[in-house]
Amino acid sequence: MNYIVLTYWDLALAASLIFVNGAVSLAFRLGIGKHLIISALRMCVQLGLIGFVLKFIFAQGSFWWTAGLGLVMVLLAGREIFARQSRPFIGPWTYGLGTMSMMFAATFVLVFALAGLVKPDPWYAPRYALPLFGMLLGNTMTGISLGLETLISTVTRSRAAIEARIALGATRWQAMNEPMQGALRAGLIPIINAMAASGIVSLPGMMTGQILAGVEPVEAVKYQVLIMFLIGGTTALGVLLAVGGACWRLTDTRHRLRLDRLHDANI
Amino acid sequence: MLRVENLMVRGLVPVSFSLDAGTCVAVRGASGSGKSLLLRAIADLDDAPGRVVLDGVERSSVAGNEWRRMVRYFQAEPGFWAAKLGTHLTDTTLISRLGLPNDAMDWGVERLSTGEKQRVSLARGLADKPSVLLLDEPTSGLDADATLAVETLITEAMSEGAHVLLVSHDLEQGRRIASRALHIVDGKMEEEAL
Repeated sequence: MNYIVLTYWDLALAASLIFVNGAVSLAFRLGIGKHLIISALRMCVQLGLIGFVLKFIFAQGSFWWTAGLGLVMVLLAGREIFARQSRPFIGPWTYGLGTMSMMFAATFVLVFALAGLVKPDPWYAPRYALPLFGMLLGNTMTGISLGLETLISTVTRSRAAIEARIALGATRWQAMNEPMQGALRAGLIPIINAMAASGIVSLPGMMTGQILAGVEPVEAVKYQVLIMFLIGGTTALGVLLAVGGACWRLTDTRHRLRLDRLHDANI
Repeated sequence: MLRVENLMVRGLVPVSFSLDAGTCVAVRGASGSGKSLLLRAIADLDDAPGRVVLDGVERSSVAGNEWRRMVRYFQAEPGFWAAKLGTHLTDTTLISRLGLPNDAMDWGVERLSTGEKQRVSLARGLADKPSVLLLDEPTSGLDADATLAVETLITEAMSEGAHVLLVSHDLEQGRRIASRALHIVDGKMEEEAL
């Protein structure tokens, strides 16, 4: 493949564009200058590190190293879901629900894609497994945090309505029907929009990357279509598991609403 | 008969009392004294250890949703889960007896006043004839005529054998429909004269 190797001097010149950001921050007194510099530095350090980590793991080609990095990625993404909740669950459910849903959905779809569709040799080849897993996680993470946030804000806001149905003899699933629908919809809308917009509004990052690396555009498109379907499947599965699990946890076996299992607001 | 034995409600000493079919007990007490929590506990809407038995059927022996088909809690501030009023009711018989027009079924819920919400809540909760009515200030937002209409429906349900627990600040209302009165003072529930 023929691609143009970037020099560190190229990167330094690109970094000078950050001064545009800095100038805007100063001119409008946004007070985000410090934040901006820290974020830019974080990006460089994090990406630099992951470059070396990936180089190492690709060289090892070991299943356990690959799975290990995958696990770290899941745990970090799970923390991200938790951090975005305004009223998380109390106890181990706080972190566990989003993380477990995402882990199950992404692993299931990844194994299906690697063993059944892409078929690298060996099937867990880290050069394929890890970037795919990362893309699945990133999108599912967004879907799950939107779904959970929507569910919990709807349920806390419409407590009286849900309890009215419960008082009239509804089961927990009947009473949670509307909030659950809204939450599933909220979690799935981003990927649906992304599918509709891709190719027109946005040239997806993976496809762009492959084209820059010298892959035929039509071949790059085939990979992109594959990944979009994989992301769609993972998001649907992950959001269903997380929102379903949250509905289950927000009610109990006596078909009662249990908002006491959430942290108080603003904690 | 509805029997409540050592029911543990937050803020109250364990509660015991019984209520015969076709009768009404009025409950009063300062706001925040635990009246609503007591009604919610009987309907199994909150976790509350202790025994509640209706005509020999233990609260713990049936599923929560089944229990609430027989033991019905009416919210002080009723909730509505759909945009249209008509979704919450199957027919207009009861709301028209409570003074709402027939075309109210097409109304949006957001245009209901507090008193209208209370009447709709009563109508939808009485439709399937539950055995126990746990009424949480059912007439607090109503004028005299509407209050009378609500009381008529309650006494009708009693004549069909309903057990009624009525939380109300209105002593006169207690005298009109209840045969006994309970007063919650400092977490203790005591019988008092009507």
